[in-house]
Amino acid sequence: MRRVPPLIWAFLLVPLAMELAFVFWPAINSFYISLTKWNGVGAPEYVGLKNFQNLAADPIFIQALVNNVYWVIGFGGASVVIGMLLALALNKPRRGVGFYRSAIYLPMVFSLTVTGLFWRLLYAPSGSVNGLLGLLGLGDWQKQWLADPSTALTAVLVAAVWRQCGYIMVLYLAGLKGVDPTLEEAAAVDGASRWQRFWRIVMPQLRGVNAVVFAVTVIDSLRTFDIVWAMTQGGPYNSTQLLSTYMYQTAFTTVNLGYGSAIAVVIFLLAIVFIIGYLARASKTED
Amino acid sequence: MTTTDLSHSAAARSEKTHKRHPWVFHAYMAPISLIWIAPMVFVVFVAFRSFADITQNGLGALPHSFSWDGFATVFTGGLVSQALVNSAIVTVFTVFFSLLLSSWAAFALSRYEIPFRRVILLIMLAGNLLPAQILLIPVARITDSLGIADTLFALILVQVAFGLGFYTFVLHGFMRSIPAEIFEAARVDGAGELRVYLTVVLPLTRPSLAALAALATTWVWNDLLWALTVLRTESKFPINAELLNIQGGYVSQWNVVASGALIAAIPTAIVFFVFQKQFVSGLTLGAGK
Repeated sequence: MRRVPPLIWAFLLVPLAMELAFVFWPAINSFYISLTKWNGVGAPEYVGLKNFQNLAADPIFIQALVNNVYWVIGFGGASVVIGMLLALALNKPRRGVGFYRSAIYLPMVFSLTVTGLFWRLLYAPSGSVNGLLGLLGLGDWQKQWLADPSTALTAVLVAAVWRQCGYIMVLYLAGLKGVDPTLEEAAAVDGASRWQRFWRIVMPQLRGVNAVVFAVTVIDSLRTFDIVWAMTQGGPYNSTQLLSTYMYQTAFTTVNLGYGSAIAVVIFLLAIVFIIGYLARASKTED
Repeated sequence: MTTTDLSHSAAARSEKTHKRHPWVFHAYMAPISLIWIAPMVFVVFVAFRSFADITQNGLGALPHSFSWDGFATVFTGGLVSQALVNSAIVTVFTVFFSLLLSSWAAFALSRYEIPFRRVILLIMLAGNLLPAQILLIPVARITDSLGIADTLFALILVQVAFGLGFYTFVLHGFMRSIPAEIFEAARVDGAGELRVYLTVVLPLTRPSLAALAALATTWVWNDLLWALTVLRTESKFPINAELLNIQGGYVSQWNVVASGALIAAIPTAIVFFVFQKQFVSGLTLGAGK
């Protein structure tokens, strides 16, 4: 470590200035705009917390909020459980592991837009989901998955989970590398069952990964936009409306910038706890 | 649960079980990976079927035809070739400048006594964790008032700025692990800051840069939200934004939609297969192992 020469200051300040100008400054602006009524023309009119009061009484917003909670739990829960089980199954090198891992990884490189279109094909009335149900003799279960408000959100969620599991699996595979196998062997010798060894020995050693996965999943869930936009645009009847899609529609379709910013601020406030959690963990690993 | 290798134990007993019954492992992993692959195979089938085949035999049926019609329509009916060029431009520039600028910041923060460097690093990372929604409206306004709205330049600028924090954080962790002696040796040889950066830091950071580059390429290529926010003219759309137009224009022509989705997916799939190792290690870099 030594004193800081001018070139090094430039090295730091150029990227920092860019981030301040295009990330932090806009973010601060959003807070201000959320306190105004503004259609983008002329000056914003200051209205205090009125947008937030209106949000509290807005049935679409409430629906989006409820859907988002369902999304966090359903998308987060399913992809974490499946991703972790897959990591446990594919942890040790043996024949076929490389192939199986690649199969699970591959969807995660597709964009959420592409994933959404893939699954629109699968969910189409004559698509393969209904086709498969027909083959299995479950013809009664056939549905217009994305057009039916009672199934649309879950249908989109399944598509998102299909893509996300590979990512969660990567994180757990990395975490499992840090698990000390001798502890488990010792427990096995002492007669601990697989179930006990997993919960008492492996899980506690995965605490760090769990924290990261939890924070990443919640933050991702709160900003989920693309896949819903590609599949249903929040419909039918707002049944797949999430906070992000409602925010986007309010801001860019109905051009109600103050109200849209208020939704964005709500998303931020919901996310900030988990962002701080993630940062706390990141700061610890930097030591 | 009883047959699965849930505990991934190295215990001798289970090792033996696996050697005796490798089929148990495959008996559950083969169907699972089939579930993962099946949607992609289905889309490939649809993309290469003719429209007549789909309407006659149903979308879910096995192919009775082989046709390039879907792809032909995608390229003639939409602006897909333009969109692919736009995506390539945006991806190349965004990835290059993201890594360049973040390697600068990471070098400065990791090797020099900059006041509050830890706080600065965490604040930079925090910027990348913000939900993009909090930025959309002001970013659209700012690009407007700078006169760069609806340009690929603005899209690149915004994505570089938004990604910087994460890349800086990852590279910082890596640069800190480079032994101080290497830097001392370079300085004894009379190397200035720039020389150290170019001849010591960059070569040693190459594995991390490669991993981040693989990752960033797919992230930037896959973007939709920033493109929708910054761009208005269809001829400037990158591929994922253009895909939504194709879907809107060819709602019931499933072979066209499938072809378009495949075209958008293939470049990232190539990056994945060629750089799988870098890609996977890139994903875990940021997870604070």
